[in-house]
Amino acid sequence: MAHYDFTTPVTEEQIRQLRINDTVSLNATLYGIRDATQIHMFDRGRKTRFDLKGHAVIHTAPNVKKVEKSAQFPAGYAPVCIGTTTSARMERFTRPLMREYGVRIIIGKGGLGQGSLEAFSELGGVYLAIVGGAAALETTWVEAIEDVDLDDLNPESLWKFQVKGFGPLLVSMDSHGGSLYTAVNESAREKRAAALAALGVKSN
Amino acid sequence: MKVDLMQVEEACKELYIRALKMLPPDIKQGFERLDRDETHPTGKAILGTMIRNIRVAEDTHNLLCQDTGIPIYNVVIGAHIEVDGYALKQAIVKGCERATREHPFRSSVVHPVTRKNEHTSCGRAVPVVHVDFVPEAETLSIEMIPKGSGSENNSWLKMAVPADGIDAIKTFVIDCVLEAGGKTCPPTIIGVGVGGTADLCVHLSKLAATRPLGSQCDDPEGARLEEELTKAVNQLGVGPQGLGGDSTAFAVHVETAATHITMNPVAVNMQCHSARRARATFTPQGLTYGF
Repeated sequence: MAHYDFTTPVTEEQIRQLRINDTVSLNATLYGIRDATQIHMFDRGRKTRFDLKGHAVIHTAPNVKKVEKSAQFPAGYAPVCIGTTTSARMERFTRPLMREYGVRIIIGKGGLGQGSLEAFSELGGVYLAIVGGAAALETTWVEAIEDVDLDDLNPESLWKFQVKGFGPLLVSMDSHGGSLYTAVNESAREKRAAALAALGVKSN
Repeated sequence: MKVDLMQVEEACKELYIRALKMLPPDIKQGFERLDRDETHPTGKAILGTMIRNIRVAEDTHNLLCQDTGIPIYNVVIGAHIEVDGYALKQAIVKGCERATREHPFRSSVVHPVTRKNEHTSCGRAVPVVHVDFVPEAETLSIEMIPKGSGSENNSWLKMAVPADGIDAIKTFVIDCVLEAGGKTCPPTIIGVGVGGTADLCVHLSKLAATRPLGSQCDDPEGARLEEELTKAVNQLGVGPQGLGGDSTAFAVHVETAATHITMNPVAVNMQCHSARRARATFTPQGLTYGF
């Protein structure tokens, strides 16, 4: 278990060295992406002007406040509360995000499925778990909303955050086929029979 | 007592903001208990982050979670309360819209087909408003629950048959917890509805999931199930965020209703660890806020 401080964008080599149970903190740029963002990007043919190559995306739709554009608020938005959402809904977008845009890090909660795990192995990607529901704390790691694209989808726009010490985040799916979610799920399913027996359930 | 609807509107605005920022004391105590007993290092670290987040939210007056949820208002009207029910509902909607725009925070509510967001947290039939009546003569109470989608997306109904018996209910709860994994933001409060019609059963599961920790089902059969199921789900090792640990659920809560001779329905609805709720109570002495 090692800790890594990354400044984005990252290289494939940096990603390949990560193993489940390592931790990572991110600096520089982090992109926010969500259901509607990806439905529009991958099902409706829309493109973003952002270069996501080697970057990290977090599954989020933040709480923001519209303000005058300034050096502090270059996109005209002040961050209010920024956290994460359940990643599983966006499972089918992992591969196109990586293949078409070169994304290397996906951040979210609850984990992704087998298809994503395979994409991480083949293309060199990783899933970092952030604690869902801890957004007040995580907002303190965001310095500014630098830019925003596809903003007609607000709050599910494509957000460009400037972050500092964003983490520690747990490597819960790596590029070597490791997934803490699969391991925990398999172990929990092995305990199903014992739990049912303790409940006096007769046959299954 | 005659209800001042302007005050209700203001309170409904305030309730949404309060609910998003302050966790009820029973949930905070629940965290302390889980943190004390958790043996898994990852689970322990995650609980520590969650507890730290509660403090940061209080210190920075920020929202606990980015998910502002689907707003639910539970209204309980005492016997001698004079109020125009329709105007009361309108005041609730107005308060909900104002909270969203004036704070401001994210409107998480869209039309189900067009996916259009009005940026008011309101839409067709939302906020969800439930009205009930109680004998306490001079009290009007409004409870506000911002129901997060991570947990709400994991909701289940099974129309089991009488031949399947109570075993079907217990098995279903265990299987729902396994299916949910980390998607519901555990540790959760697992709400189980037993009996009723299909819609009542689901409603009961929501009531159970949003009941304060430490409360018990007032049907002894339900209370017994709560105790057994709480122990059983926490044997599974799903843990905080589905990353392993003892703290899969704060508790399993059960609500029961009579059902048909041919039916054996069971529903599961979960509340995430950000188990937010706030309450406003109107009496002749004035308005008080609590949980």
